[in-house]
Amino acid sequence: MQAMVSSARTVLALSLALLVALSFASVHAAEDDPWPDIHRDVFDSREIIENDGAITLEAPYRAEDAAIVPLTMRMPAEIADKVKSLTLVIDKNPAPVAATFTFGDAAGKGERMLSTRVRVNMYSNVRAVIETDDGKLHMATKFVKASGGCSAPASKDADEALASMGKMQIRTFDKPDDSTRMTREAQVMIRHPNFTGMQMDQLTRQYTPALFVQDLEVKRGDELVFKMEGGISISENPNFRFTFGPAGDDTLEVTAKDTDGHVYSATSEGKAS
Amino acid sequence: MSWIAIFSRALCALAAILGTLLFAAVGHAESDQTYAVEEVAPGVFVHQGRYELFAPRNAGDTSNAGFVIGDDGVAVIDTGGSRQVGEKLLKAIRERTDLPIKYVINTHMHPDHVFGNAAFEADGPTFVGHHKLPRALAARAERYLAINEELLGKEAFEGTRIIAPETLVEDELVLDLGGRKLVLTAHKTAHTDNDVTVFDPKTGTLFLGDLLFAKHVPALDGSIRGWLSLLDTLKTRSDVARVVPGHGPASMPWPDALEAEQRYLSKIAEQIRALIKEGRTLSEATKTVGLSEKDAWLLFKEYHARNVSAAFAELEWE
Repeated sequence: MQAMVSSARTVLALSLALLVALSFASVHAAEDDPWPDIHRDVFDSREIIENDGAITLEAPYRAEDAAIVPLTMRMPAEIADKVKSLTLVIDKNPAPVAATFTFGDAAGKGERMLSTRVRVNMYSNVRAVIETDDGKLHMATKFVKASGGCSAPASKDADEALASMGKMQIRTFDKPDDSTRMTREAQVMIRHPNFTGMQMDQLTRQYTPALFVQDLEVKRGDELVFKMEGGISISENPNFRFTFGPAGDDTLEVTAKDTDGHVYSATSEGKAS
Repeated sequence: MSWIAIFSRALCALAAILGTLLFAAVGHAESDQTYAVEEVAPGVFVHQGRYELFAPRNAGDTSNAGFVIGDDGVAVIDTGGSRQVGEKLLKAIRERTDLPIKYVINTHMHPDHVFGNAAFEADGPTFVGHHKLPRALAARAERYLAINEELLGKEAFEGTRIIAPETLVEDELVLDLGGRKLVLTAHKTAHTDNDVTVFDPKTGTLFLGDLLFAKHVPALDGSIRGWLSLLDTLKTRSDVARVVPGHGPASMPWPDALEAEQRYLSKIAEQIRALIKEGRTLSEATKTVGLSEKDAWLLFKEYHARNVSAAFAELEWE
């Protein structure tokens, strides 16, 4: 009797183990984690330091609208002026590298903030990876529940979107609670459909070809705040909010270029601080 | 009487009550399967959809649908969220008239209003909608079908497909049902960029589609500025006796029916404008705007933050 019980237990234990192993295998297969490939292709499989506070990423756990998911990246003051570049990765998007930002001298010395809105095509990890001037990589990761961001129609009002293409708006903000005055904030908004190439055109029954803002450059006078190389994951009407270092004249000059070669530029009204 | 007798009588009574309740519950479950239609004005019928998201248990019956009977034929206004629901609507029509279904009108692009179209195809009606409806449906077809098949389940979704209108409303279009005409108006971007309203002058009944939500929180998929200004214009109409919302009671008094929606939309627009002026962000707005409206609406959690997000992305360009 005792033997039977224990053998029954063994069978149970074995089948449980098998079940666990099987479900692991299937979960693993279903997940199909794209990160190892991205790590190899984009970052040359170099060592990445995770969650050391050099970079933090704010993202909604569940996106309200998969086509405009707000992301905010912050780098503390002691790291900020050592940051050479910031790469934004959305693992499961068709083109995982959403954008790469390179910072210049006018990015300022205090805490650095950069915020934008992205499309998220399916439940995915979103990663912000910075490279500091000592050649090290640091990463912050957030999981975002959203789906359909890349195939969602370009606009709620398709005609309005095309009519106002290229319009730009630049605002600068003073932070009233900031006594250090080491940085100011600015926002750049560009009217552009940023077509992903995954959106259907009704007349042709073809997918609208990808057409997106590829290069963006923000300067204060002759000095670079940042430039961005962007892809289809940046939302329609690209929107960037960021800190920059104030100078006598804080006029910002913005130039954007899309994949059709259209160049849009604008200047903030500028306000001496 | 002994305690035991009293006890057993009480028990019997309790069982009877329970039995009645159980019977009522079962009866209710059965009546859920039927498809109720109310005659809100002579010859004007409305089915009230449930205040729910798409789920297998409702088969996509989550929006209002209606029909108007003339001397020569019938016009259907929205068809529910699946072929199955469309068939129930067709059956309800056939219980009341044998006249041909001349027109199937879709008030806008959303699946809960157009997915029942396929049920009417065999009757050969003319499908009618906003001139921007075919484009809007084409851009979303693949995704709408995929998502909603998943939400409804294979069984409830069976036979559902998208049928786009061929007769388009550019500005205004009059449809003749014999002895009664319907006036269709295509609006500028409001709830969506393809909203059509249907007016029956004979009874003063105005079908607003999803330009009017009641009880169900409004869902913004167009322009909050356009929607608010359209509500202002609509409110001045004096030829309307009653309205049929896209979500809400089958019929509502005019123009009071608009009040709650107008309050909701103006409140979020006003609060978002204030935040934009202060230099606040989209994500801050989705966490703070309009929360005082929470208890005034059903499905608030499901739609509200998304409405704020959409309104913010629009209003920051003012």
